[in-house]
Parts: sequence; structure tokens; C-alpha cells
Amino acid sequence: MTKISLKRRRILGAAASLGVAGASLGFPSILRAQTAQTIKIGIPTIMSGRIAQLGISSTNGAQLEVDAFNAAGGFNGQMVELLIRDSKGKPEESSRLTRDLINSDKCNFILDCDASNGAFAVHEVVRGTGTLCIHASPEISTLTADPKMKIPNAFRTARQGAQDAIVAGQYAAEVAKQNNFTKWMTIGPDYAYGRDTTALFVRYLKHFSPSAQIVGEAWPKMSQPDYTEFITKIMQEKPQAIFTCLIGGDLVSFIDQGNLYGLFNEIEVFAVALADFTTISKVKAMPKRVHSGTRYLSAFPNTQANKAWANAYSAKFKDSPTNWSWQAASGMDFMLEAIRQTKSVDSKKMSDALRGMQIKSPFGSKGMLTLRASDQTLVDYATGWGRISNKLPFIENAKMADWGVITDLELKWKKENGWA
Amino acid sequence: MMTQGLNAFVIGMLLFLVASGLTLIFGVLKVVNFTHGSLYMMGAYLAYYIYGITDSYVLAVIIASAGIAVFGVFLERIFFRRLYQSNFLMQLLMCYGWILVLDDLVQLMFGAEFQSMGMPSFFATAPLMIAGAPIPLFYIFLIGISFLVALAVWMLIVKTSFGSKVRAAATNTSMTGALGINTSLLYAGVFALGAGLAGLAGALAAPVRSLVPGMGFSILIESFIVTVIGGMGSIGGALVAAILIGVCRSFGSVGFPMFTEIGVFALMAVVLVLRPDGLFGKGAQR
Repeated sequence: MTKISLKRRRILGAAASLGVAGASLGFPSILRAQTAQTIKIGIPTIMSGRIAQLGISSTNGAQLEVDAFNAAGGFNGQMVELLIRDSKGKPEESSRLTRDLINSDKCNFILDCDASNGAFAVHEVVRGTGTLCIHASPEISTLTADPKMKIPNAFRTARQGAQDAIVAGQYAAEVAKQNNFTKWMTIGPDYAYGRDTTALFVRYLKHFSPSAQIVGEAWPKMSQPDYTEFITKIMQEKPQAIFTCLIGGDLVSFIDQGNLYGLFNEIEVFAVALADFTTISKVKAMPKRVHSGTRYLSAFPNTQANKAWANAYSAKFKDSPTNWSWQAASGMDFMLEAIRQTKSVDSKKMSDALRGMQIKSPFGSKGMLTLRASDQTLVDYATGWGRISNKLPFIENAKMADWGVITDLELKWKKENGWA
Repeated sequence: MMTQGLNAFVIGMLLFLVASGLTLIFGVLKVVNFTHGSLYMMGAYLAYYIYGITDSYVLAVIIASAGIAVFGVFLERIFFRRLYQSNFLMQLLMCYGWILVLDDLVQLMFGAEFQSMGMPSFFATAPLMIAGAPIPLFYIFLIGISFLVALAVWMLIVKTSFGSKVRAAATNTSMTGALGINTSLLYAGVFALGAGLAGLAGALAAPVRSLVPGMGFSILIESFIVTVIGGMGSIGGALVAAILIGVCRSFGSVGFPMFTEIGVFALMAVVLVLRPDGLFGKGAQR
């Protein structure tokens, strides 16, 4: 019995020694091998709190493209792995996480799916490290329009606020002309996005329809639960149309509460952010005359490729894609295409390839997306406005925007700001 | 003028509904219940869930209010009663912990995306015209319920033996206990009532407000403004303060739209300077 115990101890001891030796010698080589087989892409985004949907739907969109890339064999057998980190919407956290993703997790690239304030923090980190970064969520125009922000290794596949405003202004002016109305009122959330978007919309509305008058404006704070005071104010001003850049639950609450007052019986509504699956599907009683910019709908652009992408997304994630989903998917597509074209994972080589790159995409206005070389931002994406209903496909006679018009007016706007 | 005046009532009475439970719990238990907003959120979500199953708004409101009241008993008996003798920071930590737990729980069950209940068909009608001002039927219903709640809580506290025990316990707990009154039960009852009022407010607000995890936070701030202006612990004070804020918001949105929000805080500052315990606070009554 004693002999057996001793023998057992020796065996266990030997096994332990082997284990230690294995841990110190064998495992690192295995780990190195795994690292060599993986292309790591770090994603700082918002995965918790009130706008967790931003992070969830962005990373879903990116994951869908990565899965297809990996299923096709990856890059020389190397698979892509996404490392997702929750910034909680705090810029200081975005900055810290991005540094950790690059320095500690050894990510090859950053796909920034954070909100605008976090994006500036991410931008400053990659400015220092030189890591290739694609901003896929922030829509604030200055991120790429202001040349002071420009760095060779950062690109943007999120739509730009100024471009949206041009499209909105042109469409709204046409509807106003057809229906012969001139009295407008605006209601937007009282923070940078709301103020900027509203000001740009008014600018381009007046550009396309000089007779337009803004008879009042309302600025509820973000996540305002009760809109009564603003609704009655709008009713007193008696505008013929209102423009709103309220988003998500705030927009739905405003519509629900406005319906109670019959606010929309005589007023045409232009809601830039209504036509996103996750928002529009929550409106139980849609007013009669509502128009929206197209954020993400499977019916816009009305192509088989876009419908197939939406179906694949819904089948995998049991949810509908959002505006953030297609923007992140596009960012990922560009990144993966740059790997294919350069046959490398070198940030500099890939950045050079990305500048001016065109790819086939279900989200392109003509089936193609372009990363414009001059400001490294996305153009040619399908954007437009249309009249909204609350039944699938949610949008009627959507009008696709003309990128020639957008580009011309955007250039004039940049020149006025001394940016071009 | 009439429109804005009536709207002041609409805004004010909705605020009162939410704040009444908060001020009641503070008045009796001396607990600043920071989970009140989360209980409001739970009430809204529970009503949304029940309404989805039964298609009955009445049932949804009743079950949500009762359910949150029962949950209030659970919170008070298991957690909060241990902190009555602790300092304010311990209470704050406990509340903050529960805010995180409840927000995550709601997110787990209903998802991170906001939800919308929709207006029950009975109320989905054109607004009524009162003296030339449009008032939605649903808001008239809410104003009516709010007044009933104010009246019922006031009568409960002032006119019933339960109320006299509650007032006695609020003044001197140890003496009340020495007289043979079961103060533990009394406290659980008050916490349940306060929580039930939060649940009721959430359920009543659900048809017109988007439901989202964390929605209790913004309403919590507004509730505190109401209770501070009215005097913490005073139901009557909360009623007056809520209507004052309603007036400030309603007329401010027309008269000085850029400063409406500031106006509410300015109102609170003025009240606190003149009456540090609020309009109907105990200090003001002395």
C-alpha cells in the first residue's frame, strides 16, 4: 500500500513537473501560434445603458461580415476575431479601452462604433499609435470635414450630418412646394447633435426653398419623458410643417403624445430618424403625413442584395438591423477588402489602399460604396427621404438623393468654414 | 392662456403621481428612496407586459401597482429595514445597488431597446375642447386619478387609525413601539404604499412614454425637485409643488423657451432660500 502511494506520489509529481514545463514552454508556443492565426479587430462601443442598442446592432453588423470572411477561409488561413469593449458612452473610457485594445490585446485595427463624443477620444489615441481605424458610428460632420482632424490612418463609414441635412432640405423643400406651405417649426433634442442637425436642416431648407419661414423652435432635453409643453407650443404657433431630429424612444414618445392632442392632423411631419426598423416598428399609431430620412430599411435601396443582407442579419440575431448595423458592416467590409487587396495586415499599406477605395455593397446608391480620398469619409451610400407608413416596408416612393448635389453643396459648406 | 393653464395641470399632476410615493416614504421612514425611479420603471414595464397578455389596461394598472407594492414589502423587509439606523451614505449605496440590479433585470427580460405600449383604444380619441383648449381624454383621466390619489393618501394619513399610528411612528418610533404598536408592520405598510404609488405612476404613464431600462432616472430627478419644493414628507406640499412646476413649464415654454428648464431650478432655489425645508416642510410649519 505504501509502495503504491509512493508510486502514485511520484507519478503525480512527475505529471505536475511536466505540467509546469508545459505551461512555461509548450503553451506560449501554442498561444503564439493562435495569435498568428488571428487578426484581431478591437471595437470600442456602447454595450450598456440607455443606448446599448448602438453597440449591440453595430457589433452584430460587423460580426455578420466577419463570419462570411472567416467562412471563406479568412486571410491565408488567418481568421478575424472581434474584441468588443463597453465604453458606457464615456469618452475617457473610450480612450482607455482603445489604448488597451491596441497595447494589451494587440489588436491589429480598431473599428470605432462609439458615439460622437467617444469617437474624438478614439481618434486621438489612433493618431498617436498609427493604428488603422474606421469610425463606423459617429455622424458628427467635423470628425472628417474639419481638416485639423485628418490623420492618414483614420476613416469614416458613418453617414455625415451635413450630407443628411442637404438631402433632408432638398426633399422637404420639394414637398413644401408641392403642397404650397412655408411656415415651419423645429423640435430637436437640446444637445450638440440636435442643435447642429437642426441648424443645418434649416440652412438647406432655405437654400432650396427661400420662402420657408421658421416660426418657432422647441428644445426638449434628451430623454424628456413629457412633451406636453412643446406640443401645445407647436399648436399655438400653427406651423404647416415641423422638422424633428428627435431619435429613438424620444421620437416615439413625442409622436404618441402629439397624437393625443391631434397635433399631426393639420401638420406635415419631417422626422429625420424615424425610418429605422427599431424605431418605426414601435410607433403604434402613425400620423397621416409623416416623412423620414432613410436610416436603415430593407426596402431602401430596394434591391435583392439589401433584402438578402437584412434577412441574413435577422436570421442570425433574431432582431432587425439598424442604421448603426449597416455602417459597421460597411466599415468591416472596407477593412477586409483592404486586407485582401494589400495581402497584408499592415496599417499603413491598408490605409493607402483604403483612400479612394470602392467596394460592392448592398448599401450603395448604385450598388457601390466609396471611401472618398480627400476626407477619407464614406460617400455614395443609399440615402433619401420618403413618406412613412407603419406597415412593412414602412416607406412609400422613397426618393434617392443625388450625390452630385450633395457633393457640390457639401463643398460650398466646407469652403464657407475654411475647410476646403 | 387657457391651453397653457390646463397643460400646467396635466404636467403637474403627472409629476405629483410619481413624487407622492417618494415624499411619503421619506416623511414616515426618513429614507431618501433613490430606488423610487426604478420602481416607477418596474411599474411601467409590468403594466406593458400585462397589457400585452390581457389587452386590458385596467387590469395592467391594478396588477402593476399591486405587484410593485408587494415588491416594496420585499425590499423593505429584507434590505431597507436594516439601514434605518445607518447613515445616509449606506442608504444611498443600497439604493444605488438596487437601481443597477433592477435596470439590468429589465434589460435582461425586455431587451435594451425601448418599448412602446400604445394608447388603449378607449382613450385613442380626439382631444376634448375645454374653454377652447384641447385636452386629451387620457390626460383628464390622469388628472382625475392624481386628485383621487392625493385625497386617498391624505385621508389615510389624517383620518384613519393606521394614519395616526404612522404619524406617531414618524414622530417617535421607540415610544410608538413601547405603546405596543407593531412598527415593523407599519413601516412595511408605508413602504409598500410608496412603492405601489411609484408602480401606479409608471403604469399610468406607460401608454404615453417610451419604456427603456434606466427610464427611472430622469423621473427621479423631477420627483426630487417636487419633494424638495413641497417639503420632504408633505403630500400636500408635493401636490402644490408639482402644479407650480407645471405652471413654470407650461407658461415658460411660450414665454421664455430657452430658460424653461432653468426656470424650474430657479423656482427650487428661491423656495429653498425663503423656506429651507420647502413650502410645507416641517421647518416651515414650526
